[in-house]
Amino acid sequence: MAGQQKLSEARVLVIGAGGLGCPIVQYLVAAGVGHIGLADHDKVSLSNLHRQILFGTEDINSYKVDVVKRKMLSLNSDVNIHTWNEQWIQQHCLQYFPDYDVIVDATDNFASRYLINDACVLLGKPLVFGAVSQFDGQVAVFNQVQADGSRSVNYRDLFPLPPANGEVLNCAEGGVLGVLPGTIGAMQATEAIKLITGIGTTLSNRLWNYNALTQDVFIMQLVPNPTSLQHIPLSEEQFISTDYEQLCAIPQKGIKEIDVLDWQQNFLDHLFVDIREPHELPRLDALCSSLALEWMVLPLSGLENNLSCLTDRNVVFVCQAGMRSLIAANMLMKASPDASVFSLKGGVNSLAEKNLI
Amino acid sequence: MIEVIFFGQLTDATGVSSIMVEEVANTDMLINLMKMRYPSLASSTYMVAVNNTMVTENAIIRPGSKVAFMPPFSGG
Repeated sequence: MAGQQKLSEARVLVIGAGGLGCPIVQYLVAAGVGHIGLADHDKVSLSNLHRQILFGTEDINSYKVDVVKRKMLSLNSDVNIHTWNEQWIQQHCLQYFPDYDVIVDATDNFASRYLINDACVLLGKPLVFGAVSQFDGQVAVFNQVQADGSRSVNYRDLFPLPPANGEVLNCAEGGVLGVLPGTIGAMQATEAIKLITGIGTTLSNRLWNYNALTQDVFIMQLVPNPTSLQHIPLSEEQFISTDYEQLCAIPQKGIKEIDVLDWQQNFLDHLFVDIREPHELPRLDALCSSLALEWMVLPLSGLENNLSCLTDRNVVFVCQAGMRSLIAANMLMKASPDASVFSLKGGVNSLAEKNLI
Repeated sequence: MIEVIFFGQLTDATGVSSIMVEEVANTDMLINLMKMRYPSLASSTYMVAVNNTMVTENAIIRPGSKVAFMPPFSGG
């Protein structure tokens, strides 16, 4: 069967309609993939627009999947697009994965990534994986049937368990070069098309890593990891009873978060510590001088070695989205348990929403 | 010498994307050496590859090898 025929008969499920999902769906529709499933529970927000370039200001507060569907039907009215605007859980995977030939992970969090990986292993579906972090991106094809009938490695072979919550930054938190998800999404679309048509050699058993700052590409050969089997649910029952949110989140106990209003009203006398890395913007100089705040910049990467300068101080930590500041607050609370230590909820993003910067 | 390269956010912990180190016999020894040099690596998640092939247990490192430390990314 010709490649174009295979594409038109293919059914591809894309989970996530953000920075990765937009270019993936655009290229799959343009290539003539006949049926696309698309799941995302998010609505478009202003902070998405620099990297999710299918969306415009007029789309803010609309469901992402609705906007994508409308624009894709204008690109190709023959494409069949089914959308879900709810958060996917185990039951969605069990019900809908069997209807699709290829699953594409375009999500932005570890809970979803492990959920999708485990479902693909359980249900025997090939998975096109892609992820970004600031200036780096990764792409791989997991769980593809190989010549001997076995399946290629999956995400649990690389990382059997997810990292602690807050250890790895997401896009909103760590920031991402806007064009990078476009690059990585286009690579994922390429792999999906190769899986469908059977052309070329996929990234099965290989991890493709790309750095936008150097344009360096690093390809790693992947091997099965015996530890991974201990963590993958082997039955639907085990899968359903796995709590992915919990698996990927370590609750920060006893840390007090304050919102912007609370901070303005009650905690301006606390030392204000910006723990973002030096390259992160916007800077807070103007805000802090207008409020006559005592403040400092102390990146989280160096905080451990500089904790002594904060000991016994009353501190409000701030970062981009309010995740890393929780880690900083946790570190300082251990070092000086009697001090008054807070994390600014929503971080610099919240300050911007309140038009303070 | 051995070339050690760090990816993604691990460079926040190390401050460099690659370094040359004196020969060490295996990956366990190299990981311990790196944790001593860069303490925040101890609380980081990563996988290790020797000469572009992932390793799942302690592996021999021959002189002139390139060892990669690769973290998981979540963003999309």
